[in-house]
Amino acid sequence: MRWIWIDKFIEFNSGSNAVAIKNVTMAEEHLHDNFPGFPIMPECLMIESMAQTAGILVGQARNFEEKVILAKINKAVFFNYVQPGDTIHIHAKIESIAPEAASTTGKITRGDETIAEIDLMFSHIDQNLAGKQFPEENFVFTDLFAVVLRASGIDAPAWGAAK
Amino acid sequence: MAMTRDEILKEIQEVLVDALGVDEEEVTPKATLMGDLGAESIDFLDIVFRMEKAFGIKIPREELFPAESLITNKDFISNGKLTHQGIEELRKRMPHTDFSEFIENPSVNKIGDLFTVDALVNFVNDRINK
Repeated sequence: MRWIWIDKFIEFNSGSNAVAIKNVTMAEEHLHDNFPGFPIMPECLMIESMAQTAGILVGQARNFEEKVILAKINKAVFFNYVQPGDTIHIHAKIESIAPEAASTTGKITRGDETIAEIDLMFSHIDQNLAGKQFPEENFVFTDLFAVVLRASGIDAPAWGAAK
Repeated sequence: MAMTRDEILKEIQEVLVDALGVDEEEVTPKATLMGDLGAESIDFLDIVFRMEKAFGIKIPREELFPAESLITNKDFISNGKLTHQGIEELRKRMPHTDFSEFIENPSVNKIGDLFTVDALVNFVNDRINK
């Protein structure tokens, strides 16, 4: 399994907002355990799909030069289940972005129905005021995300494989 | 836009309730952001973002919470306490803060206590009413 919880971007407005989609399928192993006989997409993975959508949006706003790390979940409210066969839309919007961090709001929809509302904060970890050092290579943006970006018609540098 | 201190406090209370998940009653003027309200480092940025929106102002993070970069400077810290120079520097950088209790025991661990709700109100008051 690959740690990627969005399939494609269908909207991408640099520095502003983006919409990604994810098709949920029975081929995803974890759905058979969550729960046996009643497969639903785990809510934590919906948060991750938002973190990937919003995180890529935030990263792209600074030309992927920052290491964008999920730092805080300001809000995560879920209104319904997501099941195999569903296509969900993950809508993310940048509310604030500064040298050190960014905040985003967003929702996940299925058709006209709102499934979840998820607001996040990301840290640009190389800009932390404590002066902590992190590895030089950008371990956040790897080829795994580049493939999704290019498949969506969005430019992505050659980042290299995740280590 | 002129606002009274009470109006500013009300707005700050809302910001802190949303950013820190605390109850409005906990957000008293004397409450400290870290000790009483449980704020961590990323929360300070969250508070900055929310205050910028609430008051329509731009706040460089260093201006509102300048202590973090100060504590890495050896001239300002000795044996876990702020030196005279360090206190003066902090005073300069945090003009909206009450230092009277802090100078009795200027321990690095107590710096967090300087960030009170009232200090935020003072900061905004200086910004929009002067």
